[in-house]
Amino acid sequence: MGVGRRMKKQGPPEPLSEEHFANLKRKKGLPVDDVPAEAPSSKKRRTTAKPEKPSKSNREEKATKDDAASKLAGKQTNGAKTAPGGSANDQKAGKVKPKKAQQPEPESDEEMDDEFGASDLEDASSSGLDGDDFLGSDDSVYDSEQEGGKKKKFVFSDDEDDDEDREEKLTAANIVGLSKKLDERLAREAEENEEELRREALQTNIDGDKPNILGDEGEEDELSSKTKGLLAPDLQMLRTRITETVRVLENFASLAEEGRSRAEYTNQLLKDICAYYGYNEFLAEKLMNLFPPREAFAFFEANESARPVVIRTNTLRTHRRDLAQALINRGVTLEPVGKWSKVGLQVFESNVPLGATPEYLAGHYILQAASSFLPVMALCPQENERVLDMAAAPGGKTTHMAALMKNTGVIFANDPNKARAKGLIGNIHRLGVRNAIVCNYDAREFPKVIGGFDRVLLDAPCSGTGVIAKDPSVKTNRDEKDFLRLPHTQKQLLLAAIDSVNHASKTGGYIVYSTCSVAVEENEQVVAYALSRRPNVKLVETGLPFGKEGFTSYMGKTFHPSLKLTRRYYPHLYNIDGFFVAKFQKIGPTPANAVLANGKKDKSASSATTAGDENEEEVIDKTPIAAEGEEKDKDDFGGFDDEADEEYIQRARRNAMRRRGLDPRALKRGQEKKTGVETKTPSEAAKEKSDEDKPKEKEKDKPKEKKGKGEK
Amino acid sequence: MRALTDQEMKTVLDKLANYMSDLKSLIAPLEDGDRYVFRLNHSRVYYVKLSIANLATSVSRDALLSLGTCLGKMTKSGKFRLHITALPIIAAGARHKIWVKDNGAQPFLYGSNVVKAHVGRWSEDCPEHSGCVIYNMADIPLGFGVTARSTAEARRLDPTGIVCFRQADCGEYLRDEDTLFAG
Repeated sequence: MGVGRRMKKQGPPEPLSEEHFANLKRKKGLPVDDVPAEAPSSKKRRTTAKPEKPSKSNREEKATKDDAASKLAGKQTNGAKTAPGGSANDQKAGKVKPKKAQQPEPESDEEMDDEFGASDLEDASSSGLDGDDFLGSDDSVYDSEQEGGKKKKFVFSDDEDDDEDREEKLTAANIVGLSKKLDERLAREAEENEEELRREALQTNIDGDKPNILGDEGEEDELSSKTKGLLAPDLQMLRTRITETVRVLENFASLAEEGRSRAEYTNQLLKDICAYYGYNEFLAEKLMNLFPPREAFAFFEANESARPVVIRTNTLRTHRRDLAQALINRGVTLEPVGKWSKVGLQVFESNVPLGATPEYLAGHYILQAASSFLPVMALCPQENERVLDMAAAPGGKTTHMAALMKNTGVIFANDPNKARAKGLIGNIHRLGVRNAIVCNYDAREFPKVIGGFDRVLLDAPCSGTGVIAKDPSVKTNRDEKDFLRLPHTQKQLLLAAIDSVNHASKTGGYIVYSTCSVAVEENEQVVAYALSRRPNVKLVETGLPFGKEGFTSYMGKTFHPSLKLTRRYYPHLYNIDGFFVAKFQKIGPTPANAVLANGKKDKSASSATTAGDENEEEVIDKTPIAAEGEEKDKDDFGGFDDEADEEYIQRARRNAMRRRGLDPRALKRGQEKKTGVETKTPSEAAKEKSDEDKPKEKEKDKPKEKKGKGEK
Repeated sequence: MRALTDQEMKTVLDKLANYMSDLKSLIAPLEDGDRYVFRLNHSRVYYVKLSIANLATSVSRDALLSLGTCLGKMTKSGKFRLHITALPIIAAGARHKIWVKDNGAQPFLYGSNVVKAHVGRWSEDCPEHSGCVIYNMADIPLGFGVTARSTAEARRLDPTGIVCFRQADCGEYLRDEDTLFAG
């Protein structure tokens, strides 16, 4: 075997000798500069005898062989190929390459490597050297005189010189070629490594190196499932299992285990998400169905961290630049929220409480989520318009609208909750809004209170699935009932909003419906309902610079194609709360016989008003008599049974009043007054006497009092 | 909602005259023919444009919570108390002003009276017990109050002496948010 390579590859290579190249040049017949003879190098170990082989033919053979050789062959094979026996040839060939540039690159690299190795081997075998003594002066040390002499001996072959002098002959001319060879060799090795990896990867897929996520079937018995339920979830394991399942679901064909269906993986993912993030199964499934698996994971992950704090400059009082400067002076790190808004500022950190700075108290800004800018930007109220905000508390959107309108026109800021209306009034006054009327109605009562608005903003009460980051209780509180009850209210509100708009408005006629939810039941379905019930509205572009298009079909339900004009926002995409915005335009009056927001069918005054109670004192006669007949013919429905309905309506009304704490008998009193029934029981008469004492606030009390007096 | 009676109107305007130099500008007609009016709802006085007030008549009395700018409250004995919400209107026509330094703005906003050490500058010829508006050094109105001493006397005060009694300050938006507004 001889001494191993390890011993040989020590110390720097010998410097190139100009003499060698001068000789080569001379052999070729090229002009040669005068070259000084080199001093004898003490490092070199010379081999006395070198096997000589016919150089050129072998070289060429080698070239073709290497060209055709499979790239997959490892280095070892190449090395083996150039066995010590053939090494001399290779060395010679290699040496000549930089000059002749005949051989292909890979071959030269191979040979380069083997050159050194093989040469060492050769040297060792021939000189029987001591490993440590590589650089030491030795008797078998090469003598330049010897070298020169040897060169002169062989007239035609360069190879001999090469394999004798290779370490010394690393001259300036040589170095370029040698380094090129080295680069080529490295490149080739890298290529081969990659190929190996690819091969191995292929083999892995086929062989079933798949994530083992699902447990064995039929293993669960009651006890083990109970114990699993009691134990605290191992979050680390859950998280890795979730990421693995997502990876499998993405690439199901190749990564799924044999005989396992997609549904099993999805179920596993659902259970893990519920356990890891703390959702109830209903909500987790609902949210998961909105996205592909990886996006769903990103969505759930984004719901765990808070969205950045954003403030809106109040342009009625200041400019964004001045405000930013003032806040920076107080020690707040902030920057503009993005190109899409001219009034938003994103706050990174703050030394002072943002809700208590003098600028805040002076009404220069308001703390508002970035997503809440969007519906007002979509609605875009103009100056001198009449605008309605149906659910205005706490007042961020109302004040934004007032700022856009520059305190002109009028804004009706309605909120059904009186306690929240306090905060609304506070914000309105603090920010210097002068054109707002704050009222406290159930928003479904519009347009009965007042109509003819140019624009209406309905930021509907929703399940809050887009703001889970702000309110984690949503994860557990929402169930099926919520997703039935809330859309019902939202649909009613939206119909009321549409009916409140003046379709003939010169500058407007727009309604914006928005929710802070990502559920389709509250968003696209409500919009689709409104489109079907009100053929006089259509969806228009929101005008918002970013956002995902709304769904036109979802889990078997298809919606009108214009739904793609609505916009959806997700926390994992834009780093703002989950949101939905839809913009309608009203192009005609409410159609005849339309279902109103309060659930009543729109009846003409001429037809019998069966519900003779105070709520229907004003009956809107919208039905042209001719049209009514036509409508009925088209309907397969067969019409309402008014008497039977009346019973139900009365009962429901009484219940509603009782629930709200009002006296249901007030209803009865009102009816009797209307139908002119004079008979009263003594208890009722007594009640009416007591009514006299109460402050005369309501109109209906006056006629009652008169009656009571008359009876006395 | 109803318009103010003459008596009530007098009370309100007297109070405002304490702080403002030009009351006529309050009720003067505007370019577009509109003008500002005073309205009373649930014993609170509101200052609002006539067009808006007319629209607000369609809202029932129970449901109407606020319109325009709330100036203050008519007490049961017929007196009128100005609230901080009137500040923008008062500051627009303020007669006497006091500017507080930055170290004095914070205590004022927390509800204490203005002390001489905190005063940056004040307007000249300010008589005793007259209404004045307090600004911070960036000309942002912070509140209003009643002067404790006339300007000449105040110069002779030691630094801890009170220069102005605080009547209302912007910090009330946070401190009194429950009671400040109807509800």
